[in-house]
Amino acid sequence: MNTARKKISKNHTSTQNPCKLCSPLGASLVIRGISGAVPLLHGSQGCSTYIRRYLISHFKEPIDIASSNFGEDTAIFGGGANIKIALENIIAQYQPEMIGVATTCLSETIGDDVNMFIYEFLKQRKEIPTPPIVHISTPSYSGTHITGFHRANLEIVKTLAAEKTTTRKDHINVFAGMLSTADLRYLKEIFTDFDLKHMLLPDYSQTMDGTLWQQYQKIPAGGTTIDQIKDAGNASASLQMGRILNSESESAAKYLNETFDVPSYELGLPIGIKETDRLFEALEEISGKPTPQKYVEERGRLVDAYVDGHKYVNGLKAALYGEEDLVAGLASFLSEIGIVPVLCASGGESGRLESTLNEIMDKNISEKMKILEGMDFKNIEAEVESMSLELFIGNSKGYSVTRRKEIPLVRAGFPIHDRIGGQRILHVGYRGAQNLFDQIANTILDQRQKTSDIGYSYM
Amino acid sequence: MTTIPILKEREEQIYRKGSEPFNMQCEKHSLAGSVSQRACVFCGSRVVLYPVADALHLIHGPIGCAAYTWDIRGALSSGPELHRLSFSTDLQERDVIFGAEKKLYAALTELIEQYQPKAAFVYSTCIVGIIGDDVEAVCRKVGKEAGIPVLPVHSEGFKGTKKDGYKAACDALAQLIGTGETADISPISINIMGEFNIGGEAWMIKDYYRKIGVDVVSIMTGDGRVADIKRAHGAKLNVVQCSGSMTPLAEMMKEKYGIPFIRVSYFGIEDMAKALYDVAEHFPDQPEIMEKAQELVRSEVNRIYPELVKIREQVSGKRAAIYVGGAFKAFSLIKALRNLGMEVVLAGSQTGNEKDYEILRDMCNDGTVILDDANPLELSKYIIEKNADLFIGGVKERPIAYKMGIGFCDHNHERKTPLAGFEGMLNFAKEIFNTVTSPVWQFAPHRSGNEPEQLRNVVIQPSK
Ligand code: SF4
Ligand code: SF4
Repeated sequence: MNTARKKISKNHTSTQNPCKLCSPLGASLVIRGISGAVPLLHGSQGCSTYIRRYLISHFKEPIDIASSNFGEDTAIFGGGANIKIALENIIAQYQPEMIGVATTCLSETIGDDVNMFIYEFLKQRKEIPTPPIVHISTPSYSGTHITGFHRANLEIVKTLAAEKTTTRKDHINVFAGMLSTADLRYLKEIFTDFDLKHMLLPDYSQTMDGTLWQQYQKIPAGGTTIDQIKDAGNASASLQMGRILNSESESAAKYLNETFDVPSYELGLPIGIKETDRLFEALEEISGKPTPQKYVEERGRLVDAYVDGHKYVNGLKAALYGEEDLVAGLASFLSEIGIVPVLCASGGESGRLESTLNEIMDKNISEKMKILEGMDFKNIEAEVESMSLELFIGNSKGYSVTRRKEIPLVRAGFPIHDRIGGQRILHVGYRGAQNLFDQIANTILDQRQKTSDIGYSYM
Repeated sequence: MTTIPILKEREEQIYRKGSEPFNMQCEKHSLAGSVSQRACVFCGSRVVLYPVADALHLIHGPIGCAAYTWDIRGALSSGPELHRLSFSTDLQERDVIFGAEKKLYAALTELIEQYQPKAAFVYSTCIVGIIGDDVEAVCRKVGKEAGIPVLPVHSEGFKGTKKDGYKAACDALAQLIGTGETADISPISINIMGEFNIGGEAWMIKDYYRKIGVDVVSIMTGDGRVADIKRAHGAKLNVVQCSGSMTPLAEMMKEKYGIPFIRVSYFGIEDMAKALYDVAEHFPDQPEIMEKAQELVRSEVNRIYPELVKIREQVSGKRAAIYVGGAFKAFSLIKALRNLGMEVVLAGSQTGNEKDYEILRDMCNDGTVILDDANPLELSKYIIEKNADLFIGGVKERPIAYKMGIGFCDHNHERKTPLAGFEGMLNFAKEIFNTVTSPVWQFAPHRSGNEPEQLRNVVIQPSK
């Protein structure tokens, strides 16, 4: 993989209508995907309240993120005292099974030694049962929410995964990336159908998309269990979904490979037939079993749908934006149905979006694509000014651009805060491709009906 | 069943009317590790200044603070919409190490050139204070070069609470006030303060005042314009809504320009009518203002009354919980809910002061729970314990209500429906009606006693 950093800068100094979020958000989401875990942001109150509010707008679920609540003295004398009080209070009120401490820009800038604070805290409580505490360094002035997401995965595995004792043949680790809750549920179904026990990290499919409650749940049920994570070194393989991840080369799968010799399969986000086929090939190899008939049929129906609808989508031009791995996955999917993603834009700056897209796409398509990192929506709007487009695909953040340009938006990714059910859009696997394909084709058909003088009710 | 423990340090910020002596603690820094519903200083400043639609709002700091506040509020503008864009200096590691004054300068200059705003607000967020940028100097320089006011807003998140953010915003506005022409301002004129034009509320209120013969010089800051704010010192009276946000500015204007101020609320029929009468009373030489005010109230109330009565029949007897930012709003809401025949079983605020809580205590019935700076666990504990049917709060409270199977009405800045004024009272009633009468609650486990486990045991008889 070409990892040379290619810097394409914006044409203005400020960031105008950002196409990214800050790193503790990604870390908080990962922590909320672990059973019994509570996120604590080490910094001032605003960051955790804003991040909660933001996650709520997408997931429409309560999400508790504690803060160590810096005041003026804390910023001067350091956050050691605050973090300890915060940890005490969280333990008293939530009785968590794990606390994930993610830093904010403020505590990073004043140079708090969070590892030492945690060490001292644990030492003080030697006699008292205390849950594991994982420190995740997430300064937002380097990287985006995706950086925080993957770094949290890595730090949690590093802190919790215990010595290898045996290799469990039918166990896999899965690092699926920042997907929707429906995606996570579907992936688990697939692994189960392959008879594979799986440690899916994180798994917020239930915690961030649950049922109503009889009694308030301090920590919503569900998520990857601590025991599963402890056992990660004994798995027979790790699946890492996402080819780009973040600007660093380290990943949880890689760590497990280097430390415990767990073979690592590096896949893209399984969006569209080709990327999903790669996932199923890997699962066949690991399990030694053929793909269950159910998925053979799903794939078959998907191809059937591609054929039924191909004329309505072939040759269309679309603009794609969002986090880099999602953009890569969607681009791959679009190219298999004949839609050219003429603009692929991300707020992330891994330096690897272009090389990754070149790797997975046919050259005759990738030649027609403009691939831009470090973008904001001001840039994206400027870029599409001269393009003729039929479609935008991405999160709600692009809505204002599509409204001005009068081009339909098919919603995908995070955040979706202008629709019901944004948290359960299915993107991955054959079923996800089916969903996206139907959405896209129907959006185009709807557009045609609306702009037609006659309004045919047959296609 | 889980029991929810209350942290010891929080006990003093919770009060049950009738059962214990009143000794409520408030205006405290949030407890570390407690999931406060509060935000930060920056949030307070942003709330106040956000609706100024022809000013540039540049957030100096890393990306998050700007990303999370992009176009999140329902504050409408009748013209320019600069306030709906998000501008950030998006500080990177090198900026943190070497300082970001140059970047700030470049960003400001470019943005002013590009958008031609009438003024610029530069918000400092947490780390700006730490890395030592002289934001003030950069603002001064750009202001001189660009020929517009460029105002620093000292809103580092950790330097206090949301209230300090209001204060910082008021300081910035104070620098604009007094710089405009006032010669043509009518002697019967007011500034509307602390009204943010959510869903067009400020327009409605301005129209009421206009109808009774009172001119509005500026609205701070709903549908705000820099030019209007600059001449705000020409008004004869400041009419301040919302307990915390704009009082510092009204006090400053009283001191500097001798403009008296009154406090009002536009929520609910009673308070809305009072807001008009209080202004009319301020101009005793013009008795026709009071006459017109009475006439307006009469006709507006007559207009909405029939529909209100119908709704009252449906919602009367339901139990409501209120948790809002400022306590002043809670007072109006309690009155408005009583008009609908509803009972308030929980009332709380993020930033109330001792006096506010005394008023709340006096307004509430025995058994009502009063909360200061509550967290989600406490809120959920008490809404269930008090068997509430309706929760009134902001976006962060909504999922708490919904999870527990309780109706919800958004009364924060993010809503899109106007709830102020007479029309707003009707909207408010309709929204309450809409949420509490929905048939979906029958499926909520806490109402029906049907937990999923029990459902599984239900034997379904095949129909013959
Ligand atoms: S960084 Fe500071 S100013 Fe920004 S949201 Fe966090 S607390 Fe508020
Ligand atoms: S200070 Fe950093 S962590 Fe906090 S909201 Fe801003 S960018 Fe995010």
